Amino acid sequence: MTDIEPDETVDARGAACPGPLMDLIGAIRSADSGEVIRLLSDNEQSLSDVPEWAEEAGNELRAVEELDDHREFYVEKA
Amino acid sequence: MTEHVVIVGGGTGGSVLANDLADRLEPELDAGDVRITLINDDADHVYKPVWLYVPFGQREPDNGRRPLEDLVDDRVDIRIDRVTEIDTDAKRLESMEGNDVIEYDYLVLATGSTLVPEEIPGLVDGGHDYYSESGAVDLRDELLSLTEGRLVLSVIGTPHMCPAAPLEFVFMADDWLRERGLREEIDITYTYPIQRVHGNPHIAEWARPIMEERDIQVETFFNAEAVDPEAETITSMEGTELDYDLLVTIPPHAGVDLIAAAGLGDDGWVDVDKHTLEAEAAENVYALGDTADTGVPNAGSVAHYQAGVVGQRLASEIRDRPATATYDGKTLCFIETGMDAASFVEFDYETPPSPAPPSEKLHWSKLAYNETYWLTARGLL
Repeated sequence: MTDIEPDETVDARGAACPGPLMDLIGAIRSADSGEVIRLLSDNEQSLSDVPEWAEEAGNELRAVEELDDHREFYVEKA
Repeated sequence: MTEHVVIVGGGTGGSVLANDLADRLEPELDAGDVRITLINDDADHVYKPVWLYVPFGQREPDNGRRPLEDLVDDRVDIRIDRVTEIDTDAKRLESMEGNDVIEYDYLVLATGSTLVPEEIPGLVDGGHDYYSESGAVDLRDELLSLTEGRLVLSVIGTPHMCPAAPLEFVFMADDWLRERGLREEIDITYTYPIQRVHGNPHIAEWARPIMEERDIQVETFFNAEAVDPEAETITSMEGTELDYDLLVTIPPHAGVDLIAAAGLGDDGWVDVDKHTLEAEAAENVYALGDTADTGVPNAGSVAHYQAGVVGQRLASEIRDRPATATYDGKTLCFIETGMDAASFVEFDYETPPSPAPPSEKLHWSKLAYNETYWLTARGLL
């Protein structure tokens, strides 16, 4: 388990693609630099969408946690 | 005791449902056992798909307006008012007009989407849209005066109404400018927030080669951060800056505030069971169309099909029978690919879309449906 303390959590479980990524982008949009957003997603596509966008936007994907029925992505705003 | 069904919102979902219930519950309405009230903050029903055609001079905003009184069954009470508060525990609504409290037994929220361009600095002054009557009219004037330079279509808000409309706009603009002999002088750029040109991967895969053939430039992973109306630039969160001479955007969308205030869902969208359309946070409350957070497109066809499901479920509940009707995600869209050709998609929760080859027949089918839409609003088609 990661010990990263998120500043905000976005629960996008149950959302169809591209809902989880758009929810993450929305949270990053209103976050301050250095804040960490935790995205909860059970959509397989998030596994590629989130790292690809984080790299494109210059944000850091600090951790991905595998849980029983979903994943948690920790993204730090640049 | 008279059961009171209150529908908030007189767009496609609310109007179709009101007429559906008036027909379905005719015996109960005649006996005074049921009363239906449709609350809308405008005396007119507005059919928004007309706006896509306004910038190209093919329709006028008035073509998309008709009085609710003309469309909705006489047995439905129409109240022109704006709901300001929902109390789902007491089953009561407060509104702007009058001092009375509106009590309901069953509540259906069909309040739809609103535009919030002010969320993006500079967008109100720098951007144009065809997602409002005034925006579409202004854009018509701007398009007519554009003879050279760069036309940028930027999808900023998702989810947004009619997910096909941004593609339709650039395909139509490309064709329209070619017909007018201006395409060589005007570059078209399309931006989208994720790594493809549409939220649905099947539609994106179909559209991308058409954009390449038509020389429509594409910027993906473009989430608008700010617009500079003086410098005529739009910048993204990802660090890309684009120059424009005419900026057309799909502005950020939101639902209405009273839904979040009532604890029914975030951002004005109601959290629902995506099959029954029942609100998760309250009893005897349904949502449909854009208002229902189901993950399907915000489209008129969705609101239309969902209204049929909610109508059946409400009738069952009022008659003390188990409600069995469910929504399967059915969505149907025509997609204009130019000024005289269109494609068509139909899909649901389980079946992905497979766009039909563009044809003139499908284009005329879309225009014909837009005219017969008024029968849909009346609950006849």
